[in-house]
Amino acid sequence: MSKFLPFFTDRDVPYTVAARPDTGLYSAKLGIWLFLASEVMLFGGLFSAYIFLRLGAEPGYWPKGLLNVPVGTLNTAVLIGSSVTVVFAWASLKMREFMKYRFYMAITILCGIFFLCVKLTYEWPAKFDHFGVFIKQSSAAKYEEFLGNDFLKEKNEEPRWEVTGHILRAPKGSPYGAVAEHNAEHFSHGAGHGLHLPGGEGDYVIQLDAINAKPNSEDNLRPAFWPRPLSSKTAVIRAEDVESASTFVPRHSTYFATYFLITGLHGLHVLGGLVVFLYLWLPFKGGATLYKSNPEHLANRVEIAGLFWHFVDLVWIFVFPIFYLL
Amino acid sequence: MSTIDSTVRHNQGLAGAHDDHHHHELGFWQKYVFSTDHKVIGVQYGVTGLTFLFFGFLLMLVMRWQLANPGDAVPLVGGALRGLFGPVVMTDAGALTSSGYNVFGAMHGTIMVFFGVVPLAVGGFGNFVVPLQIGAPDMAFPKLNMFSYWCFFISGVVMLGSFFVPGSAAKSGWTAYPPLAGMADFENGHLWLNGQTIWLLAMVFNITASLLGSINFIATIIQLRAPGLTWMRLPFFVWAQFVTAFLLVLAFPPLEAAGFMQLTDRVLGTCFFMPTGLVVGQSVAQSWSGGGSPILWQHLFWFLAHPEVYVLILPAIGIVAEIVANNTRKPLYGYKAMVYALFGLGFLSFIVWAHHMYMTGMGARVATFFQITTVMISVPSVVLLTSLLISLWGGSIRFNMPMLFATAFLPMFGIGGLTGIPLAFNAVDLYLHDTYYVIAHFHYVVAPGTIFALFAGVYHWYPKVTGRKMSEGLGRLHFWGSLITINGVFFPMFLQGMAGVHRRWYDGGVTYEQLIKPVIHWNMFMTVSAGLLALFQLPFILNFFTSLRFGQKVGRNPWEATTLDWDTPTPPPHGNFDKPVEVFRGPYEYSVPGATADFVPQTHRA
Repeated sequence: MSKFLPFFTDRDVPYTVAARPDTGLYSAKLGIWLFLASEVMLFGGLFSAYIFLRLGAEPGYWPKGLLNVPVGTLNTAVLIGSSVTVVFAWASLKMREFMKYRFYMAITILCGIFFLCVKLTYEWPAKFDHFGVFIKQSSAAKYEEFLGNDFLKEKNEEPRWEVTGHILRAPKGSPYGAVAEHNAEHFSHGAGHGLHLPGGEGDYVIQLDAINAKPNSEDNLRPAFWPRPLSSKTAVIRAEDVESASTFVPRHSTYFATYFLITGLHGLHVLGGLVVFLYLWLPFKGGATLYKSNPEHLANRVEIAGLFWHFVDLVWIFVFPIFYLL
Repeated sequence: MSTIDSTVRHNQGLAGAHDDHHHHELGFWQKYVFSTDHKVIGVQYGVTGLTFLFFGFLLMLVMRWQLANPGDAVPLVGGALRGLFGPVVMTDAGALTSSGYNVFGAMHGTIMVFFGVVPLAVGGFGNFVVPLQIGAPDMAFPKLNMFSYWCFFISGVVMLGSFFVPGSAAKSGWTAYPPLAGMADFENGHLWLNGQTIWLLAMVFNITASLLGSINFIATIIQLRAPGLTWMRLPFFVWAQFVTAFLLVLAFPPLEAAGFMQLTDRVLGTCFFMPTGLVVGQSVAQSWSGGGSPILWQHLFWFLAHPEVYVLILPAIGIVAEIVANNTRKPLYGYKAMVYALFGLGFLSFIVWAHHMYMTGMGARVATFFQITTVMISVPSVVLLTSLLISLWGGSIRFNMPMLFATAFLPMFGIGGLTGIPLAFNAVDLYLHDTYYVIAHFHYVVAPGTIFALFAGVYHWYPKVTGRKMSEGLGRLHFWGSLITINGVFFPMFLQGMAGVHRRWYDGGVTYEQLIKPVIHWNMFMTVSAGLLALFQLPFILNFFTSLRFGQKVGRNPWEATTLDWDTPTPPPHGNFDKPVEVFRGPYEYSVPGATADFVPQTHRA
């Protein structure tokens, strides 16, 4: 080392690969733990917001059972599985079995891609298709057949103010006109051509979710593992009885706002992890090619990326119950 | 020599033993712009931070003019300001509008805290001094360090750029309280291109830069200490930066989360902070779902912003400690107690945040909890200040430029701290909340407190950075002028605040003149003091630049200091040390009986 490199590189700083004896750590490992500490506080802030908003929600304004539990369970399993394979990938490197490393890392990456695909091509779009209207409390009695508040009161449950399902007709001037037309076409194909939709220009027409179709059913009080299919029943709701109406997008309610923000940020973390894994899997100079010159360095990099991946997994293990189950 | 030490020494040696004379010359861009060298990055942070401090101060000058002469055109520069900031901020005649007052107020707070003091105290001094003081060749993650700076730089450009969007910059205060901040600045019809949204985006960049920087500091201090530099041999400044970095790592992310939430409230129409049934313009807002809570923002904001207060003050105390020990030629009094006090302060700073929220109508039990913790936090603060005061006792003090500023820091910080105690109590705070008393209190901590310490640091380490001392004559003019005028600015605010003058009146209280008659005349006095304070910064600016060329040349250790930063060539080369570093003693061995000189460097073998 008799001359400077043109660009100051990590090689000039000690403990990039070997551990410092008295701390037992190479610097990046300490760095990632500190980074994860900040991540705990980041998601901690968001989860605190979830608790704060949920506790503060007025009765009937925090929906339950709107997410698809089997799909969420599958994604949970896939993500936990990938956390295991990434450890195998790291262990293979430590044992200097490069092909095994490539194999396990490939599985990890595929699991991550699968998780994101489920999120982006199925779960989220299914939400964007769904529609809900919050009925004004003063008008709720008119829609008792869809809300079932007498029954809920008798059972000591929180009241229900929302009617959900697929929108088939939107009041004039509503931004959901196009979606409604599209859905209506689809609906009438299923129910036979030439179906005439009820309601007029100032009404929402909604093809009801099971829970609004049979609001007085005992079954609906219990959480269901398999999602209940959409009924073929429709409801007509006057626009002036509606407090707010939207598809299941972040602005729909604080529940969906929290859901999309937390799962979105989590999804970005998954994406970030995947980018790093791909870099370490492909023959980049700092990636898989590093194995030839310094296998321990590559193992360290995989260990650090793996620690991050475990954290992302851990966040999901909190996300899954609080949104899907509770 | 144990194996541990020899490994450490070997690793340190790699960086230390470079041969300076034959090294490859870096290109201009790599050497001064996209540099990964902690010293260059430190200077970049320092200069950017000083520039922002100056800019934030100028915003305040315009506000002070408005307070003393409500509605009058700003003299000399009114027309230029109108041209620069546009009609939302300045009238055609060149006077500040009420919106403009809000813009300047919000941006003064934001810029001073997040773009001035923290980058200078942590990014500037921390980056330059910490690796030197622990005998490291650089930070643990040099590239990350460069990334932090440029991330910060982008945040600064974005924040300044927001002055020039239609409707001008954010107007909702540096605290950005919703629901106001959730709805503000949409008058121009842009979803993204408006003051408050850009404020949030800039803050996300700024927070990211701070987070990555502080992770780097902690890793560096733990991993790259020279052999023999055990924890209780660390200079106090390093300890201060260490605790500060922990505060940043743990307190900033919740604000980042809150920033994301306010951003989605603004651009996606969510209602994290927007309550049900909010009345806007005399009718209930229909376009959103409601269900949010403005108080949630306050909790997340102050969970950061109270530790942030200690982020502003701890590096300053660290700088003062170095300078006091060096110029009293004595060890720091109670070094260990000070270190433990730092940790106590760091821990307690996380459980006092709601004392900013007494006015939200929280329950008496919650308020009591936060009163107790707030009063408790004064204990470690007093340990720190008292130790520094006692360190002066019996010393043969050298009053050079750094020491003058460091000495002035002590009573100024004392006034700031002690006037905070009444605010800790719920009952008193209900009266004083949002008055000029609060402004005076925290400005005493941060302006004649922290900023004086930062000036002390600039005078102290300038020779190490540039190889030349700053002028004493100009320095004394800067010091005495600033000390007198800055008290002229802030002390009357205590009097006004106790008389009930509210901090957000943009006409200086003319509307409520009958209520505050006995104190309203202080407005003019404070404004004149602020103007003079600005004038007394000119010698500093002149000094800062002319000393680069004409300052007295110095060697390795002009202050005859003991710590490792003075054991390098001046200015330090790439890789910092020209010999392997090993530490044999504590940080402040001054006036050791029997020693040949009145200071024994840490590298001096026993």
